[in-house]
Amino acid sequence: MPDALVVEGVHKSFGDLQVLRGIDLSLAEHEVVCLIGASGSGKSTLLRCVNLLEPVDSGRIVVEGEEITARGVDVNRIRRRIGIVFQAFNLFPHMSVLANVTLAPRLALGKARAEAEAEATALLERFGLADKRGDYPDRLSGGQQQRVAIVRALAMRPELMLLDEVTSALDPELVAEVLEVIRELADGGMTMLIATHEMTFARDIADRVCFLDGGAILEQGPPAKILSEPAEPRTQQFLQRIIEAGRL
Amino acid sequence: MQRTFFDWGQFKSSMPEIASAFLLNVKMFCIAEVFILVLALGLAVMRSLRGPVFFPVRALGIAYADFFRGVPTILVIALLGFGAPALQLKSVPLSTTFWGIVALVLVYTAYVSEVYRAGIESVHPSQEAAARSLGLTHWQSLRKVVLPQAVRRVIPPLLNDFIGLQKDTALVGFLGSIEAFKQSQIDAAATFNYTPFVAAAVLFVAMTIPLARFTDWLVERDRRRRQAAGI
Repeated sequence: MPDALVVEGVHKSFGDLQVLRGIDLSLAEHEVVCLIGASGSGKSTLLRCVNLLEPVDSGRIVVEGEEITARGVDVNRIRRRIGIVFQAFNLFPHMSVLANVTLAPRLALGKARAEAEAEATALLERFGLADKRGDYPDRLSGGQQQRVAIVRALAMRPELMLLDEVTSALDPELVAEVLEVIRELADGGMTMLIATHEMTFARDIADRVCFLDGGAILEQGPPAKILSEPAEPRTQQFLQRIIEAGRL
Repeated sequence: MQRTFFDWGQFKSSMPEIASAFLLNVKMFCIAEVFILVLALGLAVMRSLRGPVFFPVRALGIAYADFFRGVPTILVIALLGFGAPALQLKSVPLSTTFWGIVALVLVYTAYVSEVYRAGIESVHPSQEAAARSLGLTHWQSLRKVVLPQAVRRVIPPLLNDFIGLQKDTALVGFLGSIEAFKQSQIDAAATFNYTPFVAAAVLFVAMTIPLARFTDWLVERDRRRRQAAGI
């Protein structure tokens, strides 16, 4: 079976700013990989490249054996297979929770309204949001909004989920409920690439942790190794700052 | 002064005629408005397209908006209202009211497209990114995610342009169409009393105030709905 995701030599610049300088990374089916690193190290950009929200300058990205960075690939078809959840939720404020979740299955997959709503309701129930289905996002807490955003991505039945610092915009007391959802996804075998600042969570959930520095993966390995006894001085420095900030 | 502008008897006697002429203003306004809302949205969308492929479309949109916002409305009305029938082509309507409406549509489409465009640009790019990330096409995200939010935000400034349009229907009287202003001019000229103008003014104001309240209501309803628990 091909790897769920293969990233090879990906470079990306915004103007003069080199954000990704040759990323090589692969994820096996059902693997959960956490990306850690300082702000600006390229974690978000890498996730956006995998979702084709940003075109890569060079290198290639392969999902389940299909090169998605090849010329002439239908980006909409690829994006339906890859779910992404953003730091700022990005729910559609003019739609109810149910409409947020059913929009893409109906438009992009052509599902009938009744079918899409039944599936959405089942997903919302699974994540304890059934009573919120008629609410507008403004009415929900940050944690609830982020869980809806995760459900919205799941409604497309993606093969791969990308999570971009999904707890960074949340009040501390709301972080746990979102992490719980992600844990459940991991237990269910979802392949995930997760950019995060939650080191404790990364240690818990990740099969592998990658430390990004200056747009390249400096070091990767099992969380116990990377987070406890990193080989690279840059990784040690980064983790030292995290420990000082009381986040590990 | 009271006799010249506020002659009650004169007001009462000229009002029925002016009011029935005012119906033409309302009609012109309603017809023009429908076309403007649709065409301006199309123009705004044209200008929002990204990428070098769409450069000609964007350039066309910009040229249109620049031209019709730059030329005085009355000039466009005169150009079309006097010019088009003068061509004496079989397929070209002779009605001055028709050409007046066309001129208003051309001019106001330029203004209203700018309002729409401001609305489209005010929707954060992350909304489009979220829609695209779910596999929606550019067109689908525009239609379902960006435009509904953009239009809601620009309802108050849109109303401002509607009021301007409602008032500018009076300019079509200049072509000879008997609308409220033209009718009051006729009445005033017959009696050397200017009360008919006041009567016409009252009608215009009476039209715009409910329009303004209606918009307030729309905005308020939208705000309430977003914050209230649903179903």
